Amino acid sequence: MTISALTAARAGLVSCGTCGLLAAPTSPAAPGHCPRCGARLAARRRGSVETTWALVIAAAICYVPANLLPVLGTTTLGSTEYDTIMGGVVFLFTSGSWPLALIVLIASVMVPLGKLLALAYLLITVQRGSVASNRERTRLYHLVVFIGRWSMLDVFVDTFTVALVQLSPLMSVQPGAGVVFFAAVVVLTMIAAESFDPRLIWDAGTETEPDVA
Amino acid sequence: MTGSVPTVPSGIDNWPEFAGNTETLACPDCDLLQVVPELPPGGKASCARCGRTLATQAADPIERPLALSIAALLVLILANTAPLMGLSVVGQQASTTIAGGAWQMWLQGQELTAIVVAFCAVFAPAAYLLCTLAVLLAARRPPAARWVGELLRWAEAMQPWSMVEVMMLGILVALIKIAELATVEPDIGMYAVGVLMLLIPAIQSSFDPEAIWKRVTWADDGSPPADGAVQADGPLNLWSAP
Repeated sequence: MTISALTAARAGLVSCGTCGLLAAPTSPAAPGHCPRCGARLAARRRGSVETTWALVIAAAICYVPANLLPVLGTTTLGSTEYDTIMGGVVFLFTSGSWPLALIVLIASVMVPLGKLLALAYLLITVQRGSVASNRERTRLYHLVVFIGRWSMLDVFVDTFTVALVQLSPLMSVQPGAGVVFFAAVVVLTMIAAESFDPRLIWDAGTETEPDVA
Repeated sequence: MTGSVPTVPSGIDNWPEFAGNTETLACPDCDLLQVVPELPPGGKASCARCGRTLATQAADPIERPLALSIAALLVLILANTAPLMGLSVVGQQASTTIAGGAWQMWLQGQELTAIVVAFCAVFAPAAYLLCTLAVLLAARRPPAARWVGELLRWAEAMQPWSMVEVMMLGILVALIKIAELATVEPDIGMYAVGVLMLLIPAIQSSFDPEAIWKRVTWADDGSPPADGAVQADGPLNLWSAP
């Protein structure tokens, strides 16, 4: 492509991250505040790559106990049985509701893993200055943002199962240690997605230094 | 000065000129500068480079989301006070509410999980709806005060954390799991959550933050400049005159 793309950064302008107003910064080092909404201006989200990496790594660490530790314990007449997330999927599958088993499998196991891989891929390509498939990478970023909340599904399933099945001594359900790690994965990846700046995807192909001083 | 960007580099000679009320924006996804023409009601402008929606012109950006958010707040009260579902097995009965679910998690030693659940299921939806309602009520008579912008920022921050539809699916999965062991009956609260699950996306699709920002008093000098004059000190504004 030979088209010279005029970005706000190249024109020496800053798009307000809060209200979207296009504003001229007081100086490139200290852009000042948005004249419309008063938010601090920044050409790109500050420390975007570092913050996103930190949150992705933290989430990846929590992903291990989230899947290995039990999320639910069922006590029936004195004996307790523990279930991990995969155990819950298997339970739903064997009890005949395979569509629900599939939903929980996708939302609880595949989506968090997919999000971590997608964010790592976006971060690596941005750091390497990749110029390929920018549009697809932007779309991938929006998919990560859109789909992230659905991973909270299992936390809600566990909460309402625990809340309802408290029929001791007959049967009671307790949350397992895995739930909090699982919730942490979802929260950390959601914040990670929000701290990533999609404009970095496009910066590699375009000059970002202002043409005018 | 109307409609011209003073910093267009000399290499770019295809800078578009539109008649009427245009505005210059940078794409939030790829930073490309572009001039958005005045949109017809229901119209939408997409970024020429990455395809992201840059601007929309909702047919009714204030009254419709206002009516929907009043309805949603009433349903939210019902969803949070009425029992979600009841369970009965060999003479024993149990029922739960949304807050009851979070509370039971707390009692079982999962305090952090309880806080996350309470935040995503109760606090964030309530804060989102209350902020949206206040913003819309205040924006009916422009110029709106500065705090409207602050509340709009809050509403947008709460939006991703308000997980009513995820909770609804979670309740359904829990219900089917428990149905293996006991008789479960959906109650009023669950129907209310179902209605809320439809109302919140309806608010989001009819709400246009840009329409609100245009009505809010500017932070630096109190009123939006009428023409595209460059402000001598501080940030420049590129709004063009009609």
